[in-house]
Amino acid sequence: MSDANTQAVEKYRNNFLKEVSERVEEGDWVKMCMQCGVCSGSCPLGSAWAHPPQEIFMMIRAGKREEVLTSDSMWMCTSCYNCIVRCPRKLPITHIMHGLANYAHRLGLAPKNQPTRVLGTLFWNNAIQNGRINELKFSLALYFKDGFSQGIKNALAMKDAGLGLLKAKRLNPFEIFGGHGCKGKKGIHAMLKKAQEIEARRKNFTA
Amino acid sequence: MAETKLAAYICQGCGLGERLDTAELAKVAQKEGKVPLVKEHEFLCNAAGVQMIRDDITNEGVTHVVIGACSRRAKTEAFGFTDVAVSRANLREGVIWTQPDTVEAREKTQEMAADYIRMGCAEVKKMVLPTGNPNAATNMKMLVVGGGISGMTAALEASKAGYKVVIVEKSPQLGGWMAQLYKRVPSHSPYSDPVDTGVEELAAAVQGDANIKVYLNAITSKTSGAPGKFVVEITPESAAAITEEVGAIVQATGFTPYDANNLPELGYGKSKNVVDQAGLEALAKAANGGVIKRPSDGGEVKSVVFVQCAGQRDDTGKHLPYCSGNCCNTSIKQAMYFKDANPDIDTVVIFDDLRTPGNGEDFYRSAQQKGVTFTKGKVSTVDATGNTCKVNFHDLILGDENAAIVDADLVVLATGQVANSGVDTEARLRAEAASLAGDDALLTALDAQESQEGKKISILNLTYRQGPDLPQLKYGFNDSHFICFPYETRRTGIYAAGPVRRPMDIAQAVEDATGAAMKAIQAMENAAVGSAAHPRSGDLSYPSFRMEGCTQCKRCTVECPFGAIDEDEKRYPLFNESRCRRCGTCMGACPVRVISFENYSVDTVGSQIKAVEVPDEFSEKLRILILACENDAYPALDMAAMNKQLYSSFVRIIPVRCLGSVNTIWITDALNNGYDGVMMMGCKHGDDYQCHFVKGSELANYRMSKVDDTLKGMGLEPERVQTFEAAITDIERLPRLINEYAAKIEEIGMSPFKGF
Ligand code: SF4
Ligand code: SF4
Ligand code: SF4
Ligand code: SF4
Repeated sequence: MSDANTQAVEKYRNNFLKEVSERVEEGDWVKMCMQCGVCSGSCPLGSAWAHPPQEIFMMIRAGKREEVLTSDSMWMCTSCYNCIVRCPRKLPITHIMHGLANYAHRLGLAPKNQPTRVLGTLFWNNAIQNGRINELKFSLALYFKDGFSQGIKNALAMKDAGLGLLKAKRLNPFEIFGGHGCKGKKGIHAMLKKAQEIEARRKNFTA
Repeated sequence: MAETKLAAYICQGCGLGERLDTAELAKVAQKEGKVPLVKEHEFLCNAAGVQMIRDDITNEGVTHVVIGACSRRAKTEAFGFTDVAVSRANLREGVIWTQPDTVEAREKTQEMAADYIRMGCAEVKKMVLPTGNPNAATNMKMLVVGGGISGMTAALEASKAGYKVVIVEKSPQLGGWMAQLYKRVPSHSPYSDPVDTGVEELAAAVQGDANIKVYLNAITSKTSGAPGKFVVEITPESAAAITEEVGAIVQATGFTPYDANNLPELGYGKSKNVVDQAGLEALAKAANGGVIKRPSDGGEVKSVVFVQCAGQRDDTGKHLPYCSGNCCNTSIKQAMYFKDANPDIDTVVIFDDLRTPGNGEDFYRSAQQKGVTFTKGKVSTVDATGNTCKVNFHDLILGDENAAIVDADLVVLATGQVANSGVDTEARLRAEAASLAGDDALLTALDAQESQEGKKISILNLTYRQGPDLPQLKYGFNDSHFICFPYETRRTGIYAAGPVRRPMDIAQAVEDATGAAMKAIQAMENAAVGSAAHPRSGDLSYPSFRMEGCTQCKRCTVECPFGAIDEDEKRYPLFNESRCRRCGTCMGACPVRVISFENYSVDTVGSQIKAVEVPDEFSEKLRILILACENDAYPALDMAAMNKQLYSSFVRIIPVRCLGSVNTIWITDALNNGYDGVMMMGCKHGDDYQCHFVKGSELANYRMSKVDDTLKGMGLEPERVQTFEAAITDIERLPRLINEYAAKIEEIGMSPFKGF
């Protein structure tokens, strides 16, 4: 990933905006924001974020690379699409939020313990491994993300739900020993690798 | 002139016959009004009714007609007899539609109607059929002062309409500011890129137009006369004056950019790399599509910052307080000069509010597409070091007070427009008024300014008694009825177009110039037939005065809002009828009442006031006189009547041309005659006036403030005379106002002057 995350950025110059435009999913739209603030006003969570969408866009234009990429604001997006529906400039804000989060993650700049990020990473790794999700391992990993004793507490708190799932045969305790995979796991891995290559090429990442 | 013969016609249509005893009204006209020929008709405005009147005019020699029917604003075509004097008694809107249809109300309704008939008869007797301006002149050539986009457009449009034009331009070539631009903001879809100005083609079209004569390097050194017969002295640089006779004038003298030297904190004057928008156009013109160079050292510009509202929308009182309305689009255009040449150039526009009128929104979006960055912020200072600048600003979105852009090669200040309007003819009047009111600041400032820069140079050099240029609004833009009659100035036959009228861009200037040219043509055509200009276009009456009675008090000359009255060698008022807008303000002003119009005079209104039958003090019936401006208040009352809004039967309403035409003698007469109160309804006055005659309602208000003394002298309560501001939309408010006022008067009690 070269030195992409240590790029020098001049304030209110185009560098970072250009970087976002070239490398972030839907990032080219950032320049179209007219700073009306409708998105931030519409976002059910915006007021709880350090930087609601409108502000993130302005920060990108102001060249605040470090602050934007290390922010956890875009991780807070719940994909409710309120902002997209209302933005008079038709910016795909939700997608930009996800694009930014993903980009920050790839650069290794995203906040390490951000819950959404942890959940996403666990889910993705879990899914890739066997070509399907192993619910038991996934939930356990999530429970224990903050250490052993916290994991026990989490598991106990959720035990009723777990038992319910067991009874309904939606959870198999033996999955803990490897669990079952899917046919053509190799093919899936190859496919994902190819997709990553294509994206890296398109977005100019040095793989 | 033929012998006077009166006739009165009373209509029974529209329910009048059912609600009123028309036979009784006919008797009133005959006995009290002394009208020899009185007829009732069941449907007066239909062909038969109108024919009946026509026949009487032809066969009986009727010269004066009273029509007792609907409001004077209804059926104007049917009753538009141009060969006789006509008075309308408003029985429909004025009486039956505003009174309850009940048995108890019948008597009072009938009394109201009878009064309106008496008033109509009294008025018509004092009326003379207007004959038109005796000094009408028919010059149909137009003078355009200023050869920029506004001037050239006005000239070409007038020429296309078949009129001859003279353009006077003070510089050596046509084109004005537009000729200084590299490109212009687009005026056609897709509004995405700057386009060629087309100024050369336009100038060539003007030069090649056989109808248009162009004087370059020339000024209008003297302008006298009136619509249809202006005489203009044109003085070319170092040459003898030439005289041109014209019928109307369009002043399109444009603007000067606000002086960026007033903005040292923004680096202007300190660094060559800080320019105003005009300066940037010059750089772009020099580059002609190539690399725009840094003025300090000719280096390539890689980073440029546009500072919006530089010295504009300023609330500290130091700079322009207004928005010039074109600079945002201009900066967007200029940023595109850079982006179109090289997308890698950093272009940041720092704005407070981005205002992109017209189709500017699309243009703005296009600039964003091209990568121009827009940042909401307020620039505090620009520091210059070496060949670059540092722009310090408050980033209003990020809340960063110490935001800065370093190493900017170029900073462009959007400084806005100041009107090229010439001498402010009323500045001294205003300053003196303020000084009288205890605030000497204006007067001191004016004195200082005048002694410092001498007198500001006049543009039109009018020989009018009221001063050499057009009266101005607060910031030097010419005074016009902004909403309704934007091109009208307060000098009849002279129209303003383009940025001298208000700040604007090219597209607006083109539209403006076309409008002004059309109004100027209308003024010439009206003047040629001896009738008034807007808003009384078609009115043939004109003011005349009995010179023997005049005391030379000069009130009429000073108060005429349109500069229509000069003074002759013997210092008597000298009317210029074609400059006159027939508002009657002079008539209202004259203390000895020697000014009048054929069909509107102190007498026509005075006799109506006296014709009303004022009941005695024991009747418990009030009489309230309403003088209502015919432009707004009277129509509003008519509309209220259409909506069947009821109001007190004690009022008697007389329409007036403008509240400015109200002579205080009418008030005194009314009070002496035992009226219990007088309501005056006129248009809004003050800075945001709506008065059709600009100053009329204001002057009226001023005069009426003096009526208090008269009332005191008569031992009457000041509430008995009140002025109200009324708009044409006050349909529900006015009836309410009337009822509240009537209740108040009832509380105060009957006038002690009844029966004298
Ligand atoms: S709603 Fe759209 S244009 Fe408005 S601030 Fe948000 S992103 Fe920008
Ligand atoms: S989609 Fe995301 S950014 Fe948009 S309103 Fe919903 S939570 Fe906020
Ligand atoms: S005051 Fe009005 S009516 Fe009198 S001269 Fe002036 S424009 Fe004419
Ligand atoms: S206001 Fe009347 S008295 Fe005074 S100068 Fe005019 S005409 Fe004469």
